[in-house]
Amino acid sequence: MRTSSHLVYLIALPLFSSALLLLLGRIADKWGHLLATLVSASTFGIGVSEFVAMHSHTGANRAATQKLFEWISVGNLKVDASLLLDQLSICFVLLITGVGTLIHIYSIAYMDHDKDRRRFFAYLNFFIAAMLLLVLGDSYLNLYVGWEGVGLASYLLIGFWNQNPVYAVAAKKAFVANRVGDLGLSLAIMISFAQFGTVSFTGVKAGAPHASPAALTAIGAMLLLAAAGKSAQFPLQSWLGDAMAGPTPVSALIHAATMVTAGVYLITRSNFIFDASSTARILVVSVGVITLLFGAIVGTAKDDIKKALAASTMSQIGYMILATGLGPVGYAFAIMHLLTHGFFKAGMFLGAGSVMHGMDDEVNMRKYGGLAKLMPITAVTFGLGYLAILGVPPFAGFYSKDKIIETAFNQGGGKGIILGGAALLGAMITAFYMTRVVVLTFAGARRWKDGSHPHESSVLMWGPMVILALGSVASGFLLSMGSSLVNWLQPVVNASNATGGKELMKPLVVSLLALAVVILGAGYAIVKYRTVPEIAPEQVSVFTKAARKDLYQDVFNNAVLVKPGTILTAGLVATDHNVIDGAVRFVGWVISEVSDVLRKIQNGYVRSYALTMLVGVFIGAVILWVVTA
Amino acid sequence: MDISNYLYLSVILFTIGALGVLIRRNAIVIFMCIELMLNASNLALVTFSRIHGNLDGQVASFFTMVVAACEVVVGLAIIVTIYRSRRSASVDDASLLKN
Repeated sequence: MRTSSHLVYLIALPLFSSALLLLLGRIADKWGHLLATLVSASTFGIGVSEFVAMHSHTGANRAATQKLFEWISVGNLKVDASLLLDQLSICFVLLITGVGTLIHIYSIAYMDHDKDRRRFFAYLNFFIAAMLLLVLGDSYLNLYVGWEGVGLASYLLIGFWNQNPVYAVAAKKAFVANRVGDLGLSLAIMISFAQFGTVSFTGVKAGAPHASPAALTAIGAMLLLAAAGKSAQFPLQSWLGDAMAGPTPVSALIHAATMVTAGVYLITRSNFIFDASSTARILVVSVGVITLLFGAIVGTAKDDIKKALAASTMSQIGYMILATGLGPVGYAFAIMHLLTHGFFKAGMFLGAGSVMHGMDDEVNMRKYGGLAKLMPITAVTFGLGYLAILGVPPFAGFYSKDKIIETAFNQGGGKGIILGGAALLGAMITAFYMTRVVVLTFAGARRWKDGSHPHESSVLMWGPMVILALGSVASGFLLSMGSSLVNWLQPVVNASNATGGKELMKPLVVSLLALAVVILGAGYAIVKYRTVPEIAPEQVSVFTKAARKDLYQDVFNNAVLVKPGTILTAGLVATDHNVIDGAVRFVGWVISEVSDVLRKIQNGYVRSYALTMLVGVFIGAVILWVVTA
Repeated sequence: MDISNYLYLSVILFTIGALGVLIRRNAIVIFMCIELMLNASNLALVTFSRIHGNLDGQVASFFTMVVAACEVVVGLAIIVTIYRSRRSASVDDASLLKN
């Protein structure tokens, strides 16, 4: 493994720029966004040059490390703050900095009228720094720092318009749900230190084959909990819908393309744990399958365009988590879907932002309609993203999603049929709700009031959208051409150890099946939404009602977690007031009462003092006499 | 004569002194009662010295006399000062420290 001295700049530059913009305050208002965008672009430049440098090396020398300083050295625990850039990290570095830069550019126009634009860009740069630290850390502890950093950035950006109490609550909800996951990660770190005596990736990887299965399963389950919190997977998924309170570029960057995929990164990075524990893998695929259906079902009933896309994100990450649970062969497909999803979902979110920008921040799709004519570029870029997420050949999703479905089927036996069937069902529902979004927004008759004047956004906004749309068209083909991504990731995920399950279906059959269900879902949506009532109908099936309420996930959380928690804290407060404070107050009361009595002794008369003294001496003398006699 | 009679006399004198301190209001009288108590204890000390046949008690009574002399100096000075400022030597009037 070679060493590189440039890796630190990837993190230091955006971190420095973020601190600068926050510290300078209003002085930097005029040029803050330009500096932030420039810094983001230069990290992309560094990323590309590192990528090129990796190509000029072969074998183990492809990966590069940089030791920054000795961070912790306590007893057996020695952790260096060092960075690791390998075949897996570079995928993320390019995605984060690339999509990040495009979204910086987009935000210049999108946040133009916001008086706090500089602060927004400072947070965005902070996010880039934290996310890069997350994917570049060479140990779980370094990763944890970035993990917390992106959580903070997400909180700050969801609550960016925190003058609106609902948005502030959404930010808090996201933070709390993430904290539950973070607990899992810290437990996983502690177990791996207890088990392996180290928390570095290489150390844990070396120790994993000799570790006890129970410990590996525990670590795997805790890592999965962490991934569920960060990636909005079942059962910690409830925060993602509310996180759409943040400005749309934030939803595109953090809650679609990068941060929410950190869970997939964590599981792929920890492949040595999951490869060694089949129980942990079963947990992973269960969470993946549940979430991919859960998100898709929720997506069918959302009228808020951003919340529909958020539900879709949840579902697509469910696909990635499912893929990571399918064993060594699945990791590369998970990462491939992650990358293509980064393009098409970020593109669609930016499209949604463009629509909202033209419609005076209206998010209800029932008040859109027929926007394709007025926003042609947005419609086309959104449409390309739509075709990509559906998995229509030859768009990006076709290469990544079909591979996941195929791998799921190839698990063999009943398991393969259940997983593959669920993935296919998910694809059908995906086609339904995405078609619904497109039809409601861009097709049909206009339903907006005369007051709004939908218009195409400026070039700063549609430029990034076009680039992302090109990515949604081509990335799948480029990444799977000659299995390029699979071969590239081979050294990290050990796919060669894969015990290739027997092929249940030919890839062509899977693709045709997937295409058939997609056409079915999309066709049903087109027929169903030929006419759209402006107010959501009340007389709907119980399933629609459940989907509108996010399948009662908030109700469940409130009843099972929040209510008992509130009761517990109320009980603790009462105990604090009555028992603990009561004891203190009782002692005070006793002393005060006794003092009131004793105060009477101090009446100021010398003779009474003399009497007290005499009585005291007498009592003392008696005691002395009794004791000695 | 039985030597314990000296002790009885000492107890009687001490009791008179103590009662005087507790009952009388005039600072001068209280002062004299204190002297009476000191002298009662001196008498007891000398008697004990006699009983035990050594000089310890007599030495102690000399110390008491020295203390009594000092006390007279300080105590009379205080009483005179109080009398000057308040035109009264009653100890009950001098209760300003109460509050």
